[in-house]
Amino acid sequence: MTDRSLAELETIANKLRLHVVEMTYAAKSGHPGGSLSSADLMSALYFRVLNHDPSNPQWEDRDRFVLSKGHVAPVLYAALAESGYFPVEDLITLRKMGSKLQGHPVRGKVPGVEMSTGSLGQGLSMACGIALAGKMDGKDYMTYCLLGDGELQSGQNWEAAMFARQYGLKNLVAIVDRNHLQITGNTEGAIGLEPLPEKWKAFGWNVIMIKGHSMRQIVEALNKAKQSSRPTAIIMDTVKGKGVSFMENNAGFHGKACNAEEYDIAVRELKEAIQ
Amino acid sequence: MNGQKLAQRNYYGKALAKLAETRDDVVVLDADLAGSTKTSDFQKVCPDRFVEVGIAEQNMVGIAAGLAASGKTVFASTFGVFATGRCWEQIRLAVAYPRLNVKIVATHCGISVGEDGASHQALEDVSIMRSLPNMTVIAPADAYEAYAATMAIADYDGPVYMRMGRAEFPTSMPEDMEFVIGKATVLREGADATLVGCGQMVSFCQEAAEILAGEGVDVEVINMSTIKPLDSETLLASVRKTGCCITAEEHSVIGGLGSAVAECLCDNVCVPLERVGTKDTFGESGNPTDLMEKYGLTTADIVAAVRKSISRKG
Repeated sequence: MTDRSLAELETIANKLRLHVVEMTYAAKSGHPGGSLSSADLMSALYFRVLNHDPSNPQWEDRDRFVLSKGHVAPVLYAALAESGYFPVEDLITLRKMGSKLQGHPVRGKVPGVEMSTGSLGQGLSMACGIALAGKMDGKDYMTYCLLGDGELQSGQNWEAAMFARQYGLKNLVAIVDRNHLQITGNTEGAIGLEPLPEKWKAFGWNVIMIKGHSMRQIVEALNKAKQSSRPTAIIMDTVKGKGVSFMENNAGFHGKACNAEEYDIAVRELKEAIQ
Repeated sequence: MNGQKLAQRNYYGKALAKLAETRDDVVVLDADLAGSTKTSDFQKVCPDRFVEVGIAEQNMVGIAAGLAASGKTVFASTFGVFATGRCWEQIRLAVAYPRLNVKIVATHCGISVGEDGASHQALEDVSIMRSLPNMTVIAPADAYEAYAATMAIADYDGPVYMRMGRAEFPTSMPEDMEFVIGKATVLREGADATLVGCGQMVSFCQEAAEILAGEGVDVEVINMSTIKPLDSETLLASVRKTGCCITAEEHSVIGGLGSAVAECLCDNVCVPLERVGTKDTFGESGNPTDLMEKYGLTTADIVAAVRKSISRKG
């Protein structure tokens, strides 16, 4: 979209984090942990990499983004609002009766939301369908899909991974937010995912491993994925709750908003980071 | 009355092949059963828009949703059990909720699947699909209606579930019929009872009405091929005239056509209702004719149900 500097993208990422904390605090519920771990990626996508036009969400040549980990809707809504899809003031209506900003994203309700998600393990299949349509129609758009690491325990992802390879969907990029935590605790203590890169490789994907809070690495990986002759999986090593000290690496903030005291600390920390 | 024996799926295949010529937005998905569902007829003439997903129905539904979100009219086909039960929640989230233009078209529904046994006999599919908001549910009466309905749902923008059988069975509808979603067909007018069928049971309903006519019982026969939205206007007009109702379906009496009719009647009019269908049970292996007899899905079962319904009139 535009050539924002890495430093600017980092600042935007922290603005998205601040929105996430404010929105979930106002809603008294929601999923801040995974929203914060994917904030840097969302900043890179919506403010540098995606070829999109917020004034024309239906533009047929736009790059597509599917949020498979639908519970991190807050960070998607924040990125859409900051991009100009809808007023930033609407963010505070998250999860309220009558709001377009449902607890999990709904296609057709929110400009810029491509698919309805929230039940885990389905987004990559949807993204395959979108990428296949692009290929059938000779379109150049890319399709990006953000996956949680825990949801890779769901077999449908691997059906989709086989499909993408079979149909040569080089226009498809799966990004795994590898924050190592799910509700139960560590992913490896639940149903282990490692060796994760080898799994994607065995399914025929181009695999890029990055540090998920390095804006330089995120942007480089996303650009590199566009050149791949195969579908690409970017596995980004992240910290759940990144940017708020007491949320970092804390599975307890997977699906819980701050209380008043925590809120003040979180806002202070994020505002400091933004300046 | 009843015409020649034809398999619905063959006419589904013919309709898809026609759509391959006339509609460049139609994409057909298969889960390793193209030869059985007859989506292979589309594949032959339009391989570029035929997508083999392998034995992966959940993935098939997600892909269907992604294609539909990108402007395609998608037909996704496999056997009824796998097309609905295996991926019900995927259909719910990815297709029904965002109201995407995906047609889930199943073959091999009902107990007449036969020798494959209960694992392959869909007797609950209408029930679970009917409960999904935004979902239209269709069970054509014969091969001709299967063809016409395929063309009609291709022109309708929204999610549809259509069920068909495996076997050949007699036609009930004219070959050149026009299908209108949500519109039932009165196949025979009568004053004593309203007999409502779907799928291959429609031809049995016609036979039952013929037998009863010989006894002086005047039965109205309705082909309720769209189960949702139900044509309550046609149904209620008939039962207000006849004063009793009977349903017949190759499906469980829980949640299918019988339930849909019961819901409509209890909201509007108080008449006796008898439901012919499988009685909260799984099927088993056997030849289709024997199975239909054992599970109470014959013309004689319908005749008995009509008599009972009439006897219950106040």
